[in-house]
Amino acid sequence: MSEHGHAQSGVLYGMAIDLDRCTGCTACSVACQAENNISFLPDESNKVRSITWMEIYWLHNGKDYPDYRFTYLPRPCMHCNAPHHSPCTFVCPVNATRRDETNGIVSHIYPRCIGCRYCMVACPYHARKFNWWDPSWPKPMEAMLSPEVSTRMRGVVEKCTFCHHRLLAARAKAYLDGKDPNSVAYMPACGDACPTKAIAFGNLMDPNSEVAKLAKDPRAFRILERLHTEPKVYYLSKHQWVRNQADRGL
Amino acid sequence: MDKALIPDGVKRCPLPVFALWVLLLTGVIGWGIWAGGMVLLQALNLTGLNDYFGFGFYITIDLAIIALGAGAFFSGFLYYGLSRFFPAFKELGKVINLAVIVGFVCYTGALAVLLLEIGQPLRGWFGYWHPNVHSMLTEVIFCISCYAIVLTIEYVPIILENRKINEVREAHVFGHTLHELMAIFALTGTFLSFFHQGSLGGVAGVLFARPFAFRTGFFIWPWTFFLFILSAISSGPAFTALICRTIEKVSGKQLVDRSVYDLFGKIVGVLLSIYMVFKIIDTLYWALVLAPGFGFKLSDFYMGPVYGFWLLVAEILICGIIPAVVLLTPKGRSSNGILFGMFFLDCIGVSINRYVMTIQAIASPVMPFDRWEIYVPSMYEWAPGIAMLAYCALIISLSYRYLPLFPRERELNPIR
Repeated sequence: MSEHGHAQSGVLYGMAIDLDRCTGCTACSVACQAENNISFLPDESNKVRSITWMEIYWLHNGKDYPDYRFTYLPRPCMHCNAPHHSPCTFVCPVNATRRDETNGIVSHIYPRCIGCRYCMVACPYHARKFNWWDPSWPKPMEAMLSPEVSTRMRGVVEKCTFCHHRLLAARAKAYLDGKDPNSVAYMPACGDACPTKAIAFGNLMDPNSEVAKLAKDPRAFRILERLHTEPKVYYLSKHQWVRNQADRGL
Repeated sequence: MDKALIPDGVKRCPLPVFALWVLLLTGVIGWGIWAGGMVLLQALNLTGLNDYFGFGFYITIDLAIIALGAGAFFSGFLYYGLSRFFPAFKELGKVINLAVIVGFVCYTGALAVLLLEIGQPLRGWFGYWHPNVHSMLTEVIFCISCYAIVLTIEYVPIILENRKINEVREAHVFGHTLHELMAIFALTGTFLSFFHQGSLGGVAGVLFARPFAFRTGFFIWPWTFFLFILSAISSGPAFTALICRTIEKVSGKQLVDRSVYDLFGKIVGVLLSIYMVFKIIDTLYWALVLAPGFGFKLSDFYMGPVYGFWLLVAEILICGIIPAVVLLTPKGRSSNGILFGMFFLDCIGVSINRYVMTIQAIASPVMPFDRWEIYVPSMYEWAPGIAMLAYCALIISLSYRYLPLFPRERELNPIR
């Protein structure tokens, strides 16, 4: 049992994003889009229907020049580690979304999802997206879809999986190499693509992992910690006004 | 032309007039079916829903109509369950048939709209096949469908009382037998409906990452579970009374004794008062303890005219405290205008509650850098909703015309 009251192994994948390094280039978002076969709409002007697993928020301190400051905040799914259940997992009426207690990844079973969108309502981070249309890609892109990731049909919810398919590949490779599949390290596509290495990923329960060290950094904070969602995505910034974006009333 | 089908000893409007009314309702229903069909074929992109508003008009109207349909189970509970201990509730026998039909149309209509709400309607049965016992929506799916079946069983003997059908011996015996068993079904329905009204409240109350909706609670049930039950049983009978009064006005006849409305007034007044006490305690605790614990001020939850503070005032003061106080006083209940006005306010109040617990709960931003979003339902949402109301009107109209709904109608309106 973990300190959060649910069964847990020695692996708990998490992410740390250094906002002071982020240039807002959106490479993470683009890499995620390509890696996970995220479809495009013919008209992307309606941003509240656009599918993006790694959304980039633009934050500013609300002051005028010369005190004006801004930063970018990439937001994947937080894979919340809240006691017993994530906000989204326990509300799903058909068990289509669940948290794997062996690694902490919150996954979504697309062929089982009935599209009730209760999980979207439950998520305060807007990390879940609904397929309002049949998935489609511009002509040459269809040939470049990744065979590792299933595409999603119309009428179901989808979200960041921490590139779960990469974990499976890493586990398979470890097995073939005669290593322990349960202690593999891998990097999601967003982290691989980041030119400034602002994204660290790994096992939060391994005290020697970079992500575990960053999570304990004095600059680290999590979004909406006061709601007890226990997000596994940590942000880092030396600026107090950025850290104040974590919760209301702080 | 249809005289043979009309109950003995009562008068109904001429068939052409009724046919015109039915035609109008059928047209509206057809419009809704077309819009719903388009949503099923072309998907939910036709609606005003988006990634901010996973729930919208469909859920709001469903929650509201289900709460208003609670008159069926609660009247049944008082009449079949409690009247032997409290004989005053026997008066409800004069309107129990109507209450059952109102419940039936509300629940079946809500089920039809619910089918449109899910992105994969063909997987609707997964709720029974892969149920998540932790999800309040699972409880809703099971209870609402079971209760719709119970209401159908309760409706059947009323249909079998039609003059022509009743002439068939087998139908008569079957209907009579069902009548004998009705107390069992009414109490089963009460159990199911209590649970599912509550679980509809639980749907919002368990959202621990949505400070607008989240409530602490008792055991696995958040306080909204109990508040939804209380609000439904305090508005359902008011809605049944309003429907009854509307039929009286349209038909130009008195169908039930005034004492029935007075009893409804007392029931609604008492229940609404109890509900208001708990609702105010809940609101105060939410505003002063729960939300501040998450870093929220009450003003963070209200914005502009659509999501303004006026909703809270309207729900609790105008449509809650005022009707409760007025209905508790004999003077308030003695005037028809005031009595039905208060019933109307009560129904508006519960509808506002369902709106804020659905739409406003998700419109209100949670992340500090998030923003308010406005949701505007499209015609493809309005049409099935309005069609559902037309369906309710159609079934009630047909039932009133061809079935003996009101046992006192003949005595109160003797044909000279």
